[in-house]
Order: sequence, then C-alpha cells, then structure tokens
Amino acid sequence: MNAGEELRRANRSLTAKLLLCVAGSALFGFALVPLYRVLCEITGIGDQQTLRSAVQVREVAQQGTDMTRTVTVEFMTSLPTVGNWQFRPAQETMAVHPGKLYEAHFIARNLTGHDTVAQAIPNIAPSQAASWFHKTECFCFSPQSFKKGEERVLPVRFFVDRALPGNLDRLTLSYTFYDLSTHVAAR
Amino acid sequence: MAYTETVDAHDHHDHPPAGIWRWLSTTNHKDIGTLYLVFSGIMFFVGGAMAMVIRLELFKPGMQFVDPAFFNSMTTVHGLAMIFGAVMPAWVGLANWMIPLQVGAPDMALPRMNNFSFWLLPFAFTLLLIGFFVPGGAPAGGWTLYPPLVLQGGDSFPMAIFAIHLMGASSIMGAINVIVTIMNMRAPGITLLRMPLFVWTWLITAYLLILVMPVLAGSVTMLLTDHFFGTSFFSASGGGDPVMFQHIFWFFGHPEVYILILPAFGIVSEVIPTFSRKPLFGYEAMVYATASIAFLSFIVWAHHMFTVGMPLAGELFFMLSTMLIAIPTGVKVFNWTATMWRGSLSFEPPMLFALAFLFLFTIGGFSGLMLAIAPADFQYQDTYFVVAHFHYVLVPGAIFSIMAGVYYWLPKWTGHLYSMALGKWHFWLSAIFVNVLFFPQHFLGLAGMPRRIPDYATQFADWNMVSSLGGFGFGLSQLLFPILIWKCVRGGEKAPAQVWEGAHGLEWEVPSPAPYHTWQDPPSEAQIAHGAEH
Amino acid sequence: MKMKKSGLLLSGLAAALLTMVAPTAQAAWALNMTQGISAISRNIYSLHMMVFWVCVVLAVLVFGVMIYSLVRFRKSQGAVPDTSLVHNTKAEIIWTAIPIAILVVMAVPATRTLIETDDATKTELTIRVTGYQWKWGYEYVGSGVTVLSTLDRDSNFARQLGSGIDPNSVPNYLLNVDHALVVPADTKVRLLISAQDVIHSWWVPALAIKKDAIPGFVNEAWFKIDAANTGLFRGQCAELCGRDHGFMPIVIDVRSKADFEAWLRTQKALQQPADAAAPAAAPATAAPASAANAAATVRAAPARS
Repeated sequence: MNAGEELRRANRSLTAKLLLCVAGSALFGFALVPLYRVLCEITGIGDQQTLRSAVQVREVAQQGTDMTRTVTVEFMTSLPTVGNWQFRPAQETMAVHPGKLYEAHFIARNLTGHDTVAQAIPNIAPSQAASWFHKTECFCFSPQSFKKGEERVLPVRFFVDRALPGNLDRLTLSYTFYDLSTHVAAR
Repeated sequence: MAYTETVDAHDHHDHPPAGIWRWLSTTNHKDIGTLYLVFSGIMFFVGGAMAMVIRLELFKPGMQFVDPAFFNSMTTVHGLAMIFGAVMPAWVGLANWMIPLQVGAPDMALPRMNNFSFWLLPFAFTLLLIGFFVPGGAPAGGWTLYPPLVLQGGDSFPMAIFAIHLMGASSIMGAINVIVTIMNMRAPGITLLRMPLFVWTWLITAYLLILVMPVLAGSVTMLLTDHFFGTSFFSASGGGDPVMFQHIFWFFGHPEVYILILPAFGIVSEVIPTFSRKPLFGYEAMVYATASIAFLSFIVWAHHMFTVGMPLAGELFFMLSTMLIAIPTGVKVFNWTATMWRGSLSFEPPMLFALAFLFLFTIGGFSGLMLAIAPADFQYQDTYFVVAHFHYVLVPGAIFSIMAGVYYWLPKWTGHLYSMALGKWHFWLSAIFVNVLFFPQHFLGLAGMPRRIPDYATQFADWNMVSSLGGFGFGLSQLLFPILIWKCVRGGEKAPAQVWEGAHGLEWEVPSPAPYHTWQDPPSEAQIAHGAEH
Repeated sequence: MKMKKSGLLLSGLAAALLTMVAPTAQAAWALNMTQGISAISRNIYSLHMMVFWVCVVLAVLVFGVMIYSLVRFRKSQGAVPDTSLVHNTKAEIIWTAIPIAILVVMAVPATRTLIETDDATKTELTIRVTGYQWKWGYEYVGSGVTVLSTLDRDSNFARQLGSGIDPNSVPNYLLNVDHALVVPADTKVRLLISAQDVIHSWWVPALAIKKDAIPGFVNEAWFKIDAANTGLFRGQCAELCGRDHGFMPIVIDVRSKADFEAWLRTQKALQQPADAAAPAAAPATAAPASAANAAATVRAAPARS
C-alpha cells in the first residue's frame, strides 16, 4: 500500500518534471529569435552587417588591383522552364584583374504575358571559388518586377578577391531566373 | 530495488490472456520479441518478392514485365521494406527476447512503451504499402528520397513520409527501452564489461538510433514542408540547396548502416566462441572496436556523395576518415579468426551462418575499402558495384547473422530442437545462391552498368542473367526458413537448458523453452560465474 | 502468357550459353573497368587495380588463416580447445598497425590523383551540360552552338514494354543517341554541369568523369583526351532521375582538333541563321555527327533563349 502510494507520488513528480521540460523547450524555441539576433551581431552574420562590409571591400578593392594576374569570368544563364522568359548575359566572358571592380550586364525579357516578379539565384563554379568572388551590387539581391513584355538590362558589380588561389584561372557566374508567380502557384 | 516493485505491480497474471488479445495487449518481452521477429519475417518476404520482380525484369535486356515507373517503385520500396521492415525489427525482436535473458532482468524496463513501439510498425508499413494503390503509385524516388525527384511523387509521397515518421518513433522508443534496460536492470554482478557482446553491440546501436533517427525525421519533414507549405529548404529557387538534403540524409544514413550491422557483430561474437568451444578472443578490444566504428560512422557520411561536387578538402577528409573504418573492422575480423584458432570447431547451422558472415562480410568490407578511394569512386558511384557492395554487407552480413541468431536461440524459444539437416540445406543453398546473385554485380558495375535502371545495354546481359538465376535460387531457398521454424514450433526433440555444448551466458541457465517469466529472482553468483565466461 | 515467356527465357539461356563462345563486338562477360582515354582515367584505373590487388592479397591471407583453422581445428578430428588463448597484446598491436600502414600506402596515390582531377586551370574549351528529364543538352560556350541529345529511335522503339523487338538486333541498344556530343581530342575541355528539373549525373566511364547535375547549381569537371583516341564513347545518366532514368545515354564523339573546328564552324553557320529567323524552334539539318551515327541526321537543337 505504502509502496504503491510512494510510486504514484514519484510518477506524479516525474510527469510534472517532464511537462516542465516540454514547456522549457517550447520557450527556448521562441527565445532563439532574440538569441540569434545577438549571435549575428557578434559574429557579423546578417544583412545589414554584410551590406556595410560590402561598401568597405569596394574601397579596399579599388586600392589594390593585381594587374599581373588575369582571371576569366564566364557568364551563364538558365531558366527552370522553357518559353516564358528570355534571359541572357550581355557579354559571354570578361578578363578581370583580381581586386578591381567590374560591371557586367544581363538582359531579361518577360514573355509570360502578364506582369510578374522574378528572382535570380546566383551560383559560382567551381563552388570553392565562391568565397573569393564578391558581388557589391546585384540584381539578384532582390526580386525584380517586370511589366508584361518588358525587357530590361540588369547590372551586377563584382570583383575577384586578390587572395583567389592560384589553381583557379576561370570562374563561372551563372544565374537561374525563377519566376516567383509560377513558383508560388506551383505550391 | 525499485524495479522489483513496479514489475510486481503489473505482472500479477502468470498466464497470458488467450487469442489475439494476448498479442495486442502484451507487455511481455518474449511476446513482443516474437511479434517483432514474425513481422520482420513477413516484411523480409514482402521485400524479397519485390527483389524477385526486379531480378525478373533484369533477367534479359528489353522491357518484358513492368513499366519503368513501377520498377522504380520496386527498388524504392524494396529498400525501405528491407531496411526498416526486415532488418531493424529483427534486431529489436532479438534484443527484446535476449537482452533481458542475458543480463538477468525480468523484462524490458518500459514494457508498455515496448508494446506501443511494436504496434506502430504494422500501421507504418500498411501506410507505405497502400501507396501502390493511390494515384501516382508507390514512392519511386529511391529509398534515399533525394529531392527534387521525390517531390514529383504522387499521393503516396506524404504517406511514405508519415510512415517513416512512425518507423522512426518506433525505433527511438525501442532504443530507449534497450538503453534503460541495460543501464538499470542488469542483475547484480553483471558489470558492463561482463555483458555478452550482443548486449554491448546493441547498447551502442541504441545510442546511434537515438542520435540519428530524429535527423531522418527532421529531413523528411523538411521535404514535406517543401512540397506542401511553400518552404525552399532543398530548392534553389528559394535559396535552398538539394545537396543539403543529401548531407542531412547521409548524416542519418551512414550511422543507419551501422545500426543494421553492429548487432550482427554481436551475434557472431556469441556464435563463433560457442561452436569453437573457446572464449571470444580479445573481448575488450571487440567492445572498443565497436565503439570506434560507431564514432567513425558520424564523420564519414559524405563518402556517399563524392560526385556531388564537393571542394577538394571535403573529398580528402571523407576519403581518409572512411579508410580509417577498415582498422576497427579489421580488428574484429582478426579477433573472430583468432577465436577459432586452436578451438574445437563443429558446424551446426548457427555456426555455418556465422562463418558465411565472416567470409562474405569481409568481401563486402574489401569492396567498401575500394569505394572509399574517392577518385576510384567516381567510377564506382551509382553503379552495380555499389549494389554488390551493400548487398554483401547486408545480406550475408546482417541477414545471415540474424539467421545465425535465430538458429542459435530457436531451441531456447520453442523448447524443441530443429531439423539440423533442413537447417544445413537452408544454409548451403543460401550461401551458394547469394554469391551467384551478388558476385556478378561487381563485374556489372565495373563494366559500367548504372544502378536503378529497369533495362540495360546488351553487353550487360550475361552477368545479369547469372545474377537473376542466383536471385531466384536465393529467393526460393528462403522458403525453407519459415518451414523449419514452423516445424520447430510445432514439435520435435525436447531441447535441454544448455542447448549447445560450448555455450555460455545467462540465457542457457533458464529452462528450454524459456518460461513466460524469467529472472523474477536475480541469477545467483554461480549462474553468473558460469554464464559470464566469455 | 508469362509461363510461356519464362519458358522461352530458359531456352534462350541455353542458346545464350552456346553463342557465348562466339566473339562479339560487345564486351560480354566483361569483368573490369575500362582504362579510358585520358591520363586521368588511366590514373584512376591503376588506382583501382592497386587497391584491388591489395584487397586480393589481404583476402588470400585472411581467408587462408580462416580456412586453415576450419580444417585444422575441427572437433570431429579430435581438436581440443585451448581456452587460455583469449588475449595476446603483441598480436593485437601487430594486426592494428599493419592495416594502418597499408592504408597510408593507399592514401598517398589516391590523394595525388584527387588533387590532379581538381586542377581545372588552362582549359581551352567550355561546354555546358544540362540534364533534363530525360535527355542531355550541350552548349559550346562562346560559339552558341547547342546540341540536344536523346535516346536514338531504334532503342526507343525496342525498349517499350512488350515491343517484341529483340534488343540484340538494335546496334548499341540503349547506348546510342540521335546527336552525340562532339569533342576535340588533345584539348583540355571544361564541362559546366547543371540540370533543369531534378538531379542527374553525367557519366562517361572512358573519361572517368561522373558529376552530378544539380538544378540551380553548376558543377565543374574537365578532361583532356589523348590525341590518338578519337572515336565514339558511351555513358549513361548515373543518378536516379525518374521514370526514364535508364534511357538517357551519353555519347561522346571524339574528333581531332581540326575536324572538331570544322564541325563547330558548320554547326555555327547552320544554327545562327535559324536563330535569327525563328528564335524558338525551327530545326535545321546538318552533316551526320559521325560515321557510326550515319543513319541519323543531326538536327540542330532548338536555340535556347
């Protein structure tokens, strides 16, 4: 009898502790929002921080250009669906010096037959070169609105880091252009 | 001790209720073990039937029997059914039956959860298998569920995801039960380093399960939200990355393959000493080797992905860490060999299956070493060479050792000796056909045949035909196994408590068949001393 | 129906066994990997053979000891167990140390080859490879020439369920395409591999290149084929990509530098006016891609916008 009661009490206290754990986990989930904010501030990960540093690196870039080295940058585009967009680079390649700021252009035309919004997703090949390829301004930073049938030139400003490893002499900047309206409709 | 009271509190009845209600409501570790093993046997034949369809279509070039989409469903569901339906439940079933007997505990620590974790499985697999009858057909994106392909699945996609959630929940509960039982319910005197190796390997396996099943659940949930709720975890269009799924999946997937094989090491480490009439060589080295394999399994996952385009440093790291696995695995193989050295060997069915494990798993280990070499893997990846490799480690590896375990303990479960002749027939047919089935697949892979294709170029015809013939032979010989078990359940020569002359361990200290309740009183010092000679 | 078929299959087996001795053009009963047609592929082949032979030697030793114990220590032959033999630190150290040494020996050339494959500098031509469900698209970057490469018609007819066409009667069954990828020999060619819908994998065993084609991402690979190794080489998609994953082969048509330049010029001339007139479609005809593909005429792939 006594043992049974003791057991019941022990079970009740264990249940209470477990419920407390559940509540604590849920609270921790919500607490992550401010915690991440603080973490990003400390480590420098996060939007505002990146934009600020982008301005700084541009200044750095213009100071030190490595004229002795030439790296070829290729531009490529792709579309996830055929027929409702035209999207191509205005120039196929550029020979660039590391550390110098360049501007390249892409031309996009909306053939969907209605006003829409599209987002370009950038990609660098080989992938390990991505850390040394810096875009200071890019049409891929935000979604682009297009009127029906509108054609537009989209600029990207970039430079290749002087620290680019010597075994890389050719980089490919490619964009995939996703129509956000079809993207949302497909869900 | 606290557990004595709790066990007494709900185990008043010595005789279980009759009929179906006994199996639905049971909290007895032996009943649940039996349920797991029967379920695993059924799934083994369901998955095996799918393998037969695959081998039939691949018997000769050209499409003769099934549509390519159905073929893809066959390979996908075959994989899921065999891994989650056949091998994992078999291990949990053996754990349920044997761990309490081997550590001198009256039952598993959490009997009601034990019942729940089993009864989730039939529902999970019903959900998976009725996928064949819904629009779009059963899942056909491979058991690895890579997006974006898996997101093209029909109505069976969310059903498969939910089925995987249920299997994962079941496995986690099973693992918790094993850990709690081993940590808290060992009889006094059974220290950790006096536990049989099957208990040890299962303890380590249970930790792996708890660590990685939530990762799988998380990754498939992300697939689900990508498909239905507009997230883009694995889609470039929203800033996600399909390769990230592969990283997450294989962070689960590599430990998962050790979940399938570590208990096999345990079984073999029990069977070989018994039939060599000699204690296991290097018991502690075996424990440490198992633990290091488990640790390494967490840092090698990307060797499944050498062709996704990782940076050089990543490829190098995963190549070298994978090669390291050969060391503890080699130690195990050498220890088993040394156990036989200067022993006194006899060849009953459990020993035969354990020996086939020793030889054929080692072959799988060698091809694994070849696959670890990243540049060479560019040629092996996604070919039949890989298919041959993982079937060598899973069929003569995991499944043969499950069979060794069943043959080893079956007289203890049923109280009857089985037909040695029939068991040897089962063994020889299985051992011969498994090689006819899988060895030619090495050649096919090296010659350039990709995996998961329903039809192939004519130069692959010859070895495919050999492999299919081996497959049919292997499939048919497995029918002997349930026949033998059924006959053994129904009757036969009475088995003594000590079934095998050289066997040690507490399970041989209880009568055969093992009574419904065992070790209500902890084993005596003498029993432990007799049982714990490794 | 099915019974009859399997009966036929069995008699087919007997026939196959008889015809096996006859030499065929295809590598039936092939056992090993191709050496390939580039320095890298030969490196990878020798790496594969080295690891293979290491495994064979280890297998002979380990299995030898196992078989010896099985024979020597049989109970039926009166073997008495030596139950004191449970531990031997010296032996255990030895059989841990020796595998480590062997692994180091294997790791060195493997690492060297890996670093070599990673060096994609000084490439002379870039070809963009795109995987689709279920075909391959190629674009010669800089010249705008595109090729769309699908399973050839004969294979496609024969591979339909219950087509009744014997695959053995189709040349290069499932390994032939309508338009091959034409590449120059003796040139360092860079591939930029991507996909449009799901993940594919571009694999040509003769080049020892297998690289996943991932939608939204671009992977890089390169090859340099020996000048002497012109001809046709075949591969397949290696990553499950849906229903017709088994039916999107790859054929590369290796030509000498001069032949390749001439081919590219012709293609450019053929495709450019077509582009101007009808940017979306309008296939134009061109010279056959190769002698072996003579039956199929090369149609210029639709220009991609």
